[in-house]
Amino acid sequence: MNVLYFAWVRQKIGHSEETIAHTPELRTVGDLVTMLATRGGGYAEAFADRKRLRAAVNQIHAGFDAPIAAGDEVAFFPPVTGG
Amino acid sequence: MSTNIHIQVEDFDVAEEIDALTRENPAATGAVATFTGTVRGDDGLTALTLEHYPGMTEREIARIAAEAEKRWPVSGITIIHRVGRLKVGERIVLVAVASSHRAAAFAACQFLMDFLKTLAPFWKQEERGDGIAWVEARSSDDAAAERWRKS
Repeated sequence: MNVLYFAWVRQKIGHSEETIAHTPELRTVGDLVTMLATRGGGYAEAFADRKRLRAAVNQIHAGFDAPIAAGDEVAFFPPVTGG
Repeated sequence: MSTNIHIQVEDFDVAEEIDALTRENPAATGAVATFTGTVRGDDGLTALTLEHYPGMTEREIARIAAEAEKRWPVSGITIIHRVGRLKVGERIVLVAVASSHRAAAFAACQFLMDFLKTLAPFWKQEERGDGIAWVEARSSDDAAAERWRKS
């Protein structure tokens, strides 16, 4: 999976993009959040509060219960503030 | 119906965009409503820096435009959103809607702007004398978009 980070999520983690191998345990966006948070450091900080986080799967807004699969593009970011 | 979506660093000319939109379908166009968002210098703000999610941004805006087209008799839509660093007074966003009559043009323009605010993946940082901070999303923007779901 290609995983992207934007705005302060990117800043806390320290990079904007990475490849993460999909495993059977990673069934949903929420599973990926849980896994990434265990990495500690900036990851733990970025993923500490799910209420402050939004996600997209394959460039479509998705909830934490949305399924993910190998080859998906998953993005994490704060609530949007354009316009 | 044509939809023109541009995410760009460069400024835009509102009059030129209105002319271009009108020329696209003059037979069906009797009204063009526009909204222009600019950088407001309140509380000592000096500049904004905008980033976005390339690909998803265009896709999300196209989806919102398609929804507007379903609700109103729209003959053309232009949406331009700038990214990068913008100083106080600079233009950020343009939404222009052409329609046969004004009611649809006004309504669709507001609809597009309300959903752009809550769905299009842009993020702003504010610069003030003492530093730089990410802008928090506002619940009033969610409420503005929510009104349309009930109608």
